[in-house]
Amino acid sequence: MGSFIQWLTESMFLWKALIVLIIFAITLAIAMYSTWGERKVAAYIQDRRGPNRAGWGGLLQPLADAGKMFFKEDFIPAKADKWLFILGPCISIFTALMSSAVVPFGNSFIIGGKEIFVQAIEINIGILYVFGVVSLGVYGVMIGGWASNNKFSLLGAVRAASQNISYELAMGMSIIAILMMSGTLSVREIVLQQHGGNWNIFYQPLGFLIFTVCAFAECNRTPFDLPECETELVGGYHTEYSSMKLGFYLFAEYINMFASSAVTACLFFGGYNYPGMDFVERQLIVGLGANAGHNVATLIGIGSMFTKILFGIFFFMWVRWTVPRFRYDQLMNLGWKGLIPLAVANLVITAVAILSGYKLIGIWVGLALMFVLISIVWSFRPKKKNAIMGA
Amino acid sequence: MQLTNRAKKTDKSELSLFEKSYLPSIATGLGITIKHFFQAKQTIEYPEQKRYLGPVFRGHHILKRDEEGRERCTACGLCAVACPAEAISMVAQERVKGEERLYREEKYAAVYEINMLRCIFCGLCEEACPKQAVYLRHDTFVPVFTDRSDVIYGKDQLVEDMTHRYQRDAWTKEDAMKLWK
Repeated sequence: MGSFIQWLTESMFLWKALIVLIIFAITLAIAMYSTWGERKVAAYIQDRRGPNRAGWGGLLQPLADAGKMFFKEDFIPAKADKWLFILGPCISIFTALMSSAVVPFGNSFIIGGKEIFVQAIEINIGILYVFGVVSLGVYGVMIGGWASNNKFSLLGAVRAASQNISYELAMGMSIIAILMMSGTLSVREIVLQQHGGNWNIFYQPLGFLIFTVCAFAECNRTPFDLPECETELVGGYHTEYSSMKLGFYLFAEYINMFASSAVTACLFFGGYNYPGMDFVERQLIVGLGANAGHNVATLIGIGSMFTKILFGIFFFMWVRWTVPRFRYDQLMNLGWKGLIPLAVANLVITAVAILSGYKLIGIWVGLALMFVLISIVWSFRPKKKNAIMGA
Repeated sequence: MQLTNRAKKTDKSELSLFEKSYLPSIATGLGITIKHFFQAKQTIEYPEQKRYLGPVFRGHHILKRDEEGRERCTACGLCAVACPAEAISMVAQERVKGEERLYREEKYAAVYEINMLRCIFCGLCEEACPKQAVYLRHDTFVPVFTDRSDVIYGKDQLVEDMTHRYQRDAWTKEDAMKLWK
């Protein structure tokens, strides 16, 4: 028994369990307060005040909402496939919660001579893991929409599936450019290579744009929220859902938003890196000693990571209350005819720039050349006659 | 035929490549929404802040007394007849000797009830009254009901309190703001 306790304290098991729990709790808390934030942002953008009755500034509103959700009637339609109907929201929230496991939220803590990464698991195929889990998420929507035995739900599910598949391609291509630059799939390695202010966004402006657009589509957020488009499909795939099952679907959306903001921060904005971090760490080590200084510097890094994540979530909301929903054919055109060719071009430009040895200048010159080329081709396109009125 | 000069000719020309990416318009849109995000809000947060309603606001009903404290109402029933929502009902009674200090006229309302769920606060009772007895106050709302038994207001809630007489004053905005606090 004694040796077991010794093993437990000496191994990473307890620390890892603790970190997993903390990340789990923080994910849930941020998702919970995203619902509050969404309503506040919507209200402020529309010149209103938003929820402000429950608690100071409406801060208890998420609890009130959750209470409401729990006490609603949990209804399963008679013609629905009962087990799949229950499985749908479970898969949705499960995959949403899993996706932030490989995200490094901070550097590392040194406790008792051991270095503990602020990350649930460090695997060398981190990005692949994220992609795998995120694409599993569409099963939740698919199964839920199918099991409801309702045409609106099914249409919503079909839309979700085709949308996610279409945009995953462009998303993957835009990330390959990053992978070529960093030469690794590990998210921690990618973050470490963006030390200080050496962020990937400066190397991959087009890649970032494509990735962001695809992230919006993958999270089913406006302007790509066609799977739950109220005007056409009642509630889309969750039309038949009520009570906490509906709550799970809505919650999964916010968790996905958090996860994709975290991944965006890691891939393009340097994760926990910030300009001047070396200076800060050196000063802290001089002031507090090697271990304590390193730990405090890590804490500041975690702060910078969460600032980026929260801004990402705010950006999601900001866009939602600005841009109207796309039409379905526009969505498909943008995905297949717009983003995928651009992502491929970006890939080629990045490859050439890396080979040429001038990464930063090469990519920007390449992008500029590409846009010049596109506009030249564009100017030679066959002119359409305007059917309505001459210009 | 051109009626006004306000018609605007829309630009139907084909979009340029840059415009076709939607990015410039999305950026403009984001700029507009963030401007509104930081703008001061117009909302009046009702229970804490109250809006100026003016001296002609029609709120809680009151059955006025005269200067000597006698009830003015003579239970003629004109208010009940005028009421479009049929919210008012009353029972008339003859004044007996010794009650001259309580009621001004020889007949008075023994029961005077207003159903506040029916009342639409149109003020027609006030206009119909020949004795200047019933008024709608400009400084008090009828409060929220939480029970059906609270809905019918009797004379105990309607007749004027002589210690706090009702005057339709506050003809300036500042006075009214003081009233509503």
